[in-house]
Amino acid sequence: MKELRDLARKLLADGDAGVVIGWEEGRRGARPAFITTPDDADKLIFDARCVHNLANYLNPRKPQVKALGKPAVVVKGCDAKAVAGLLREAQLTRDRVILIGVRCGGVVQTPEMPAELTEATVATRCYGCDVREPKLVDHLVGDAQPEPPVTAALDRRIAELDALSPQERWQFWTGQLAKCTRCHACRQACPLCHCERCITDKTQPQWIESSSHLRGNFAWHLTRAQHLAGRCVGCGECERACPVGIPLSLINRKLQLVVKDLFDYTVTDDPEVPAPIGAYAVDDRQEFIE
Amino acid sequence: MDFQPRITAFVCNWCTYTGADLAGTSRLQMAANVRIIRLPCTGRIDHMFIVKAFERGADGVIVSGCHPADCHYTAGNYHARRRFGVFRELMDFMGIDPRRVTFSWVSASEGVKWKDVVNETVARVAELGPFDAYHELAGDTITGGEPAPDPFEAASGAETPDPLEAHEVGR
Repeated sequence: MKELRDLARKLLADGDAGVVIGWEEGRRGARPAFITTPDDADKLIFDARCVHNLANYLNPRKPQVKALGKPAVVVKGCDAKAVAGLLREAQLTRDRVILIGVRCGGVVQTPEMPAELTEATVATRCYGCDVREPKLVDHLVGDAQPEPPVTAALDRRIAELDALSPQERWQFWTGQLAKCTRCHACRQACPLCHCERCITDKTQPQWIESSSHLRGNFAWHLTRAQHLAGRCVGCGECERACPVGIPLSLINRKLQLVVKDLFDYTVTDDPEVPAPIGAYAVDDRQEFIE
Repeated sequence: MDFQPRITAFVCNWCTYTGADLAGTSRLQMAANVRIIRLPCTGRIDHMFIVKAFERGADGVIVSGCHPADCHYTAGNYHARRRFGVFRELMDFMGIDPRRVTFSWVSASEGVKWKDVVNETVARVAELGPFDAYHELAGDTITGGEPAPDPFEAASGAETPDPLEAHEVGR
């Protein structure tokens, strides 16, 4: 913690960064913090409650963050993958941001929970984590952390759904998507939903009906998932932001598995590796094509 | 009366459209359930086209274009193959029976193959029946069905899983 605070203080005092984006103690657990003066650097914390993916604030279409000057962002390994996504898609250049990597031993499901990692409290995305020490960083702080507890809850649930018939899955998803009010919090919370104008906001032609009936909801959620296929880093911010509790991580994780199976691609923190949709191989699998 | 499925076909201008044209001029007999929409390339076919077709009353969809290495624009069909490989799995996961959507490569000389694709798709979708589940999502009258149930009632109904429980597991 001291290492992180000292580094933040130095970056701000030297004028290398205009703002350090990290986490601070809030009334309900950890919360994102925007530190702009060296004196405030002591507010910074990092522990298992630091769930948020702060890469979201690097979205070039967030002018209120831009106005604070060059950002230094504290990233976990999974957050660094989202930064790599923004770099890969030319939303950001590497010299416009300072990345402070933290060694991570897993996070809990919500920032309000106590920072104790057990099989019941650990976030599902920590399962199979391969970036507990982020590589795409300028500074790396913190001590090496122990492995997080293993929870394969998400993959188990997907296997359960896969075992059902299409009709039963339809039943499940109509039940879930009926709750959707189309507030688009999932889109706003997503670090990779950065389109200047989202297709769901377009009305001429209107591809996605804006009313929150099931037909519009299906069009929206199919499109959201398809547009994130091979790009989603699985940070789970969409699901955490969802006010009605739609299990969006199930869809995202399913597509991660599909992309892995079809194209042998796993989302990485190397911005030089192209995303699978938009690239192709001449010998891609095509059993499904007659 | 027998159920006659409505099939929407999204085809590429250079191969499948010409192939379908050949099937016509060759007087091949095939099911008349398919409505063809011609596009420049399979790379132009967005997954939203399939969704929109289902929304507007289609029971099945055909997506067809040039064979690999034959694309008029060099790589459009390769890109389409990647996208539809993923989208097909996504549809399946969301409960849309993937047998309702046929993907095929039909070249300009394959009038006979186009006939087979059409006939097979029509037979398969006829067996699956009308896609009322999708058409009636918003409870409107495309197929003259009953209005859909109140979504909020449906969400708390007995046959759908407890949303809160699903949420916990979903994390």
